[in-house]
Amino acid sequence: MGGSWGGIHASLSILKDLPATYPIPIILVLHRLRTVEGNLQELFVKRLALKAVEIEEKEKLAPGHIYLAPSNYHVLLEKDFTFSLDVSELENYSRPSIDVTFTSAADVFGKNTIGILLSGASKDGSSGLSYIFGKGGMAIVQDPEEAEVNTMPLSAIDIIPDCRIMKLERIQSFLLSLHDH
Amino acid sequence: MKFSDDAHFEQDVEALIKELHTQYGYDFNGYARASVYRRIKRFLTHRQLSSLEDLRKALMGDSYFFENFLQEITVNVTEMFRDPSFFLSLRNNVLPILSTYPFIKIWDAGCSTGEELFSLAILLQEADLLGRTKIYATDINQKVLKQAKEGIFSAANMAGYTAGYYASGGTQEFSRYYNSNYGSVIFDSSLIKNVVFYPHNLASDTSFNEFHLILCRNVLIYFNRELQERVFKLFDESLVSLGYLALGKKETLSMSQISSSYNPADKVNRIYRKTG
Repeated sequence: MGGSWGGIHASLSILKDLPATYPIPIILVLHRLRTVEGNLQELFVKRLALKAVEIEEKEKLAPGHIYLAPSNYHVLLEKDFTFSLDVSELENYSRPSIDVTFTSAADVFGKNTIGILLSGASKDGSSGLSYIFGKGGMAIVQDPEEAEVNTMPLSAIDIIPDCRIMKLERIQSFLLSLHDH
Repeated sequence: MKFSDDAHFEQDVEALIKELHTQYGYDFNGYARASVYRRIKRFLTHRQLSSLEDLRKALMGDSYFFENFLQEITVNVTEMFRDPSFFLSLRNNVLPILSTYPFIKIWDAGCSTGEELFSLAILLQEADLLGRTKIYATDINQKVLKQAKEGIFSAANMAGYTAGYYASGGTQEFSRYYNSNYGSVIFDSSLIKNVVFYPHNLASDTSFNEFHLILCRNVLIYFNRELQERVFKLFDESLVSLGYLALGKKETLSMSQISSSYNPADKVNRIYRKTG
């Protein structure tokens, strides 16, 4: 899941009702000011039943967790489901970049990847989401009408016309429906 | 750019890693793969190479091309005062202890283009320790060492670096440390008067001295667990007792066998101290 401007609010409203036992690990990449060593984790810990952690390098994906991309690192996934961090060049003026994580997740999980792109004033995430879609995974974009800033959703819809456009509530119920199976 | 299917790409990369080791003596086998794959795909795109086979041919036939490849594959992106709270902690918690030694030795492992090195030198200067400190600045890559020695950075970054400097506890006029020149700044070379630069490969080279402080930040993230363990042992052999080891903000010693002989000196900023 990725977002930029408006992404914190959007992701919180999707995630707030997911139970602590939610089986699918969720990785959240939000653009943040690289110069500010703020604590996003605290905010998520307070609001969610899921366990919110800031990713440590080599940490392994586990159910019931929401993994937050640390400020100023790109987040990649290895075949053994552990995280690799990377401080290489900015992508789309961003580090962490949503494209980097989406692409890497699709390389590991292929058609089992679900990419969700939320509100944001950036083009980051579109090509990664398109990569997920190309691998047979699911591409979900927040309804631009509802998004606080619609640049990011519109950019994704532009290059992936067949993506699923959903409002936040609908994204949440979709994710919850996966739990019931 | 189109790539052959993933499994094929990955197999070919593994074969290439073996060949590079044989031909040039650089062993990338212990590198975390997600990043290696990404760097190679990026390199192919930038160089407009259409396949791994083309890359392989170019690498095997041209050692200069290999040098360029090496520089692109190993990430050299860095900044001054990255994580200011880390530098603040060095200033407040580590340098006062180091100041009790008559002569201080520091290893900046994976110094890249020198941004961290100059940040460190400025801290030492302001603590009045620079004159009796020797810093060993090493990197796998000779090219970046040359750049580090020059101390020339883009002027466009200076606003951010200046903010980082103040957030790290700096109180001077930051611009006193450099001169501006056509979009670049050149740092005062007296800051690195006591620095020795030389190539060192953490994946294959051995310990070469004993240090009071080793900095190796955001280098181990590119290594797999086994290679990380090798490097931790190397650092352990290279630290005096009560010496300090500083890692990147998301790197930890806790999984390592050497962790039992270290205590966190600053948990958040990943500064560890060797026990006596």
